[in-house]
Amino acid sequence: MSDKKDITLTINGRDHNVSVDPRWTLADVIRDHCGQTGTHLGCEHGICGACTILVDDSPVRSCLMFGIQADGKKIRTVEGLANGDEYHPLQRAFIENHALQCGYCTPGFLMLATGILEAQPDISDDDLNDVLSSNLCRCTGYANIIKAVRIARDEMKAAS
Amino acid sequence: MATATNRMLGHLGDSVERLEDPPLVTGKGRFVGDINFPDQLHMRIVRSDHAHGKIISVDTSAAEAVPGVVAVWTTENIDDVPPIDFREGSDPTLALFRQYPLARELVRYVGDPVVAVFAEDPYTAEDAAELVVIEIEPLPVLINADDPPQDFKGQATTEAAIVEQGYGDIDTTFANAFKVVEIDVKVSRHTGVPMECRGAIGRYDEARDVLEMYGAAKVPHRNRDTLCRMLNRPASGLHLFEGHTGGGFGIRGELYPEDVLVCVAAMRLRRPVKWIEDRREHLMAANHSRQQRHIIRAAVAEDGEVVGLDDELYLDQGGYIRTHGTRVANMTTGTLPGPYRFPVYRSICHFRLTNKTPAATYRSPGRCESTFVRERLMDAVAVAMDMDPIALRRRNLISLEEMPYGRALDVLGDSVEHDPGDYAGLLDQGLAQIGWDDLQKKLAKRRANGEMVGAGISMFFEKSGLGPSDGAKIFVDNEGFIEVVTGGASIGQGFETAMAQIAAEDLGTDYRRIRVVHGQTNRIDYGVGAHASRATVLTGTAVSLTAQAVRAKALDMAAELLQTSADSLTITDGVVHAKDNPTGPSLTLGEIAEALIPTSKLRGDREPYLKGEEWFHIEHQTYPYGHHIAVVKVDPDTGGVEIEKYFIAYDIGRAINPMMIEGQLVGGLAQGVGGALFEEFTYSETGDPQAVTFADYLIPTLQEVPDPEILLTEDFPSIRTPLGIKGAGEAGITGAAGAIASAIDNAIGIPGAVTETPVSPQRLKKILSEHGK
Repeated sequence: MSDKKDITLTINGRDHNVSVDPRWTLADVIRDHCGQTGTHLGCEHGICGACTILVDDSPVRSCLMFGIQADGKKIRTVEGLANGDEYHPLQRAFIENHALQCGYCTPGFLMLATGILEAQPDISDDDLNDVLSSNLCRCTGYANIIKAVRIARDEMKAAS
Repeated sequence: MATATNRMLGHLGDSVERLEDPPLVTGKGRFVGDINFPDQLHMRIVRSDHAHGKIISVDTSAAEAVPGVVAVWTTENIDDVPPIDFREGSDPTLALFRQYPLARELVRYVGDPVVAVFAEDPYTAEDAAELVVIEIEPLPVLINADDPPQDFKGQATTEAAIVEQGYGDIDTTFANAFKVVEIDVKVSRHTGVPMECRGAIGRYDEARDVLEMYGAAKVPHRNRDTLCRMLNRPASGLHLFEGHTGGGFGIRGELYPEDVLVCVAAMRLRRPVKWIEDRREHLMAANHSRQQRHIIRAAVAEDGEVVGLDDELYLDQGGYIRTHGTRVANMTTGTLPGPYRFPVYRSICHFRLTNKTPAATYRSPGRCESTFVRERLMDAVAVAMDMDPIALRRRNLISLEEMPYGRALDVLGDSVEHDPGDYAGLLDQGLAQIGWDDLQKKLAKRRANGEMVGAGISMFFEKSGLGPSDGAKIFVDNEGFIEVVTGGASIGQGFETAMAQIAAEDLGTDYRRIRVVHGQTNRIDYGVGAHASRATVLTGTAVSLTAQAVRAKALDMAAELLQTSADSLTITDGVVHAKDNPTGPSLTLGEIAEALIPTSKLRGDREPYLKGEEWFHIEHQTYPYGHHIAVVKVDPDTGGVEIEKYFIAYDIGRAINPMMIEGQLVGGLAQGVGGALFEEFTYSETGDPQAVTFADYLIPTLQEVPDPEILLTEDFPSIRTPLGIKGAGEAGITGAAGAIASAIDNAIGIPGAVTETPVSPQRLKKILSEHGK
């Protein structure tokens, strides 16, 4: 349809050289052309947040950005969250506090929370609720997600 | 949370971590969108943008000319494929109303699939779909199920069925009643809306003549059977595979037009065919649910006993009848009496088609609707009789002495027989825990100070564990790893963990050594899947019986090898040893398995392998019960409702994993809050859906969902299952709308104000202004 452009996405520290249509969403490029399917699509119009990733360390809805706009940028997805076999504190807190059921929204919540806790390690409970209410979950009723993120926040702060 | 430490993990009742979680938190899940096959095609559906009309012509030429498009199908390309049949088998009385995979002659709702485009990539398929021109001659649109029925294909009316249930003499009872109380209430059209949209991949393996479908969920075996019937294939040559499933809630996993299309296309185009739904499609194409209007009256005696219940309801089925047939009508009329005695009862359901998205089951189908209606009525009766709403309910609850309590009602082919349970006793516990009397005083004081605050209650009984049967297979390998093969399904509820815990109990093994298979029709002949809160009850019991058989076989073999009696042995952490001597002679389960291989000389006359297969047959469903209590604050300026406090009491019979059960209750409540306050599929007069994005269809965020207090009791294990298990999947949602509506009435001081869900700010503002508030 249109001329493809060669771009480089640095996903979780690894360079992916891909030839993309300018209209391909970043989510589609990451999933279908870089093989990283941990990032999920829930609505493709920027409301549910399931596709949230970090671009240059800021949370981004990857369904609302084109792949080509991320050329040369540092992308972090859920696949890069653990340190080898060692879970990120958020991943561990999600497991220990039953903060997921079907797990479809989980990567989006994990990356949203990672971005916000790195930027604001001291974030208050209320402010955290404001941020987390930008993503949707249909299984858990949110209580355990809130609990898990607060526990991870406290742990991450104590460790820093 | 009772997390076990320093011992084998995962016995019954332990809130252990889920086996499901590690891949899901690391991005390693395999949801249907994550699965790809070499050379696959992508399917895009062109849907009707008319709610009702005659298909005059379909022009696919421009779409076919797009480079990368492989085929464009209308119904003529698949005129040998029958309409999608009912899950429970053919039903001649309803056959006319079934949906073809692609619309034939007529379209009956906006979203009705008309054309399928197959292309090399999904972007091309979507581009080409835009070029298909469908000419429709509009026909009159029927939006409301309580409007007069219209013609259906010149062969019937849109009143597809009348489902009636009841017992006793209605006319005499109402004629002699001390008082008759009538209400007219509506439940809106809303549905499950899982976070993952639907998807399906068809793949035909020509070498083996096997057709495969990936993306199955909920009822893979039942869908295999239906597909075999529709496509005339043997069960050995058609397999369905469930991967990770991004939420089910009753709506995902039924057999839909798109599932049939990818299967047929894979065979005819000789390439794998992948279809992934987008959210807009999902909100107009996947099953809707719930929409009912009830005109219901109670005959009341002087002491507050409700001696008769008479209900007439209109169920809005939408454009076609899908796989469920009239199940929702059956469950609504079969469960409406709930936990109360109601000696005389009648419910007549007008099961009617309209020109909206077809409807079917959504978590707690029939009970969610009927509980809202019944509890609204109980509140109205309390007002009419000038009785306290709790006292009125108490007066009518079925007592423990009357249990098991049978009724001449049918729920999915099972005559209702309440499991023993103490409804009033649990109510006492719940009211005590929440401090009901004190709460009333505090709320009254706040109301006196001008706040609109109030509390409400909703009581319910649930149904779970629909039979009649399920089986399971267990295999222990020579290393002592255990595989449990089930025909169950995992829709996010923790099925693998629950089954592993149940098997671990009898096999004396850490639950983490157990691999649980589900949703693979090539691994086991039969399966009930995951619906109607039946997985843990039925499949779990089958797993338990199988584990007991394998245990017996292991101990029998070990007894011979250790030269002792099987009775004297037990299994701890995968090691068989004498009960009274844990450190004495022992054998691992792996060693015992090795002694039982076909070539083993130690095996004797025993059947080869350390394995088993057992069945569980249940006589009646189980009927867990409970109540919800909501405390709300209404903002008269905005019409907004804030849930200040929420409480759920539920008797589960026996908890396998309390953490997961609470997760089910809290998650169910979130959906209940959505249905009570926010979620609604609205339509224009011409049948255009007005909620096709998440900007219009409002799923609650964490700002709207309360963190409920939960009283989970195990006071009455089910008498229907050896482990006493009752289901947990639906109780969180069942009572929500009733409790919230009751609390809103109380808060605004207008009894019976809420007659319709969702109680949106617009509706509530209207109620307040009509009453000068």
